[in-house]
Amino acid sequence: MSSLLIQHGRIIDPASGLDVVGDVLIENGKIARIGGSGGSADETLDATGKIVAPGFIDMHVHLREPGFEQAETIETGSRAAVAGGFTTICCMPNTLPVNDSPTVTNFIVERARQLAVCHVFPIGAITKGSQGEELAPIGSMKAAGIVAISDDGRPVMNARVTRRAMEFARSFDLPLIQHCEDLNLSAGGDMHEGPYSTRLGLRGIPSAAEDVMVARDILLAELTGVRYHVAHLSTRNAVAMVAFAKQRGLAVTSEATPHHFAITDAELVNYDSNYRMKPPLRSACDVTAVIDGIVSGAIDAIATDHAPHPAGQKMQELERCPFGITGLETAIGLSLEALVHSGKISLARLISLFTTGPDGILKLGRGRLDEGGIADVTVFDLDSHWVYSSAQSLSKSKNSPFDGRKFRGGPFATVVSGRIVWRRT
Amino acid sequence: MRGGLLGIEGLDRAEIDAILHRARDFQTSPNEAVGRPLHDRLIVNLFFEASSGTRNSFETAARRLGAEAVSITSAASSGSTGGVLADTRKAFAAMRPHAVVLRHPASGAPHFLARHIDTPIINAGDGAHEHPTQALVNARTLLDRHPTLEGLRVAIVGDIANSRVARSNVHLLAKFGAAIVLCGPPSLLPAGLADLAPGVRLTNDLAQAVRDADIIMMLRVPLDWKHETPMSADEYFQFYGLRLEHLQLSKPDVLVIHPGPVSGRELSAEVAGIERSVILNQAENAVAVRMAVLEWVLQ
Repeated sequence: MSSLLIQHGRIIDPASGLDVVGDVLIENGKIARIGGSGGSADETLDATGKIVAPGFIDMHVHLREPGFEQAETIETGSRAAVAGGFTTICCMPNTLPVNDSPTVTNFIVERARQLAVCHVFPIGAITKGSQGEELAPIGSMKAAGIVAISDDGRPVMNARVTRRAMEFARSFDLPLIQHCEDLNLSAGGDMHEGPYSTRLGLRGIPSAAEDVMVARDILLAELTGVRYHVAHLSTRNAVAMVAFAKQRGLAVTSEATPHHFAITDAELVNYDSNYRMKPPLRSACDVTAVIDGIVSGAIDAIATDHAPHPAGQKMQELERCPFGITGLETAIGLSLEALVHSGKISLARLISLFTTGPDGILKLGRGRLDEGGIADVTVFDLDSHWVYSSAQSLSKSKNSPFDGRKFRGGPFATVVSGRIVWRRT
Repeated sequence: MRGGLLGIEGLDRAEIDAILHRARDFQTSPNEAVGRPLHDRLIVNLFFEASSGTRNSFETAARRLGAEAVSITSAASSGSTGGVLADTRKAFAAMRPHAVVLRHPASGAPHFLARHIDTPIINAGDGAHEHPTQALVNARTLLDRHPTLEGLRVAIVGDIANSRVARSNVHLLAKFGAAIVLCGPPSLLPAGLADLAPGVRLTNDLAQAVRDADIIMMLRVPLDWKHETPMSADEYFQFYGLRLEHLQLSKPDVLVIHPGPVSGRELSAEVAGIERSVILNQAENAVAVRMAVLEWVLQ
């Protein structure tokens, strides 16, 4: 028997509509009581003035293991996750080897069970080696533990392969997640195509590279009836098309990353490779559209696309650097800043974007506070002033553009299966 | 001592004027005006892209000012694993240069480098971004023939998308109130160029671009279209090659500037033959301007 009492916090659970000040009692890794006050426990956590929410889910991270352990491991990635307030993360299959077989899936599940400090759910590849040609054994990977399929970073260019993958995904009741990028349109690109890329002499990735694949996939989703999810949506047109698909009753969902709604392509003026990712940072008008999509519900979830790269690879001229930035530890801070402090959405809506939103897509059975349910709890605050330091990051990689950025509000303590796995020091 | 010269965009009119004015001293009396102001200074020319013209003029300029110049040429794309920062540190291992002149195929390479080393950097061309000293050379050449840049009509023709020379020229000319028309095939003329500076117009029609022009700057036809669908050489010349008929649309004393040597891809043989109006070689101004830049950066 072990117990934990989280005291005096403001408990917000979007799934049940709960918003009260009180205690959460946890016993043996399960939530024993929500609300009220008093009682005793082995351990207490004073959450006075803090928000107590269901454990946050990041449905899009790269843990780099197996194969790229110099950048991140399942263990270090999970430590960064809990420092960012996440209790559940889903890792993309672009490892070495690619997670395109139950063997690799089993490896990830087993490593996570031994070493991770939060829950880790793997996402399997759509095609073998993510080569876009032959379908991976989707059913066997599901049996081994994958919760979705995606060839993230290597979009499936062949529409016929995409169609068949969608049919299999539907038959196995898995969502298909697409990184939408027409590789012919984006070829050679360094950043968003627009006035800034022209001025800086950097090669552009047009918004249309994303839009044409979103459009194609929505049509194929209609044809196949798959649950289709757009990863890291970043353009005005993509937001509009997803909204339209939803209006028509299609099972289409989408996520946005904090960097795509917090900053724009204007950041590239210093040629700092920490601003280089795919999709690229877009124009101010796209950022506004993504925020509007979050407000309207076209966007269901916030995901970080945490993409660690070792320093050696990022300390080069921009066009030689790999794409991607870390994001787990800055997600809550950026989201509060861009969405809540700015008055765009309510706190409950923000929490749902990190909980019921991704859970509705992946059907993990998480993302809510239930008496008797798994005690995953995220405690954060709205008003502490803190500065992010990538040197202090728990991730193995430090490639964040937000080093030195001042935040208002952020993670305070993270509870996974009833155990405090991280707290602010 | 200044931090270096990374681009024209960050300079103001007075700074440009000062450099161009000083270049005139070096142009008229290269030896008497000079002395050896940069005696004891070491300048490293670090060229990650072949360019004998630019490198030679920097070397000559440094020597005329009394500085020591060392040139290191290597290919950025082949063999090097660490990128410009590692390569530069390696090159610097045995030297403590007072300035580095950097030519690099990656846009922003000097800006990136400037954040990591203290040595002043003179940008001798970065990718498709800027080539500030070349724009200064062109401006010096124009000022040798026109009292002012203000109000001049300048057409820049060719692969604007990938041209650092075009960008630096646009920034410089716009700061002095010239009217600039950029002209090229649509795939090499992104719409964003119109926002590069005030007074910039875009057109895909060469006749429209050269109408009433005082200056026509011809850029080289891309030989490597990289990710773009190539345009055939014949089709390119038919629509973007400069012929006598175009010169009849421009001002009578129009000046045509071409990087040379003439290949027949950008200028017709007839145009190339008009000596009074075609400038292929700005070797003297190239040295004079780079002397002024080195002095400006190092003194």
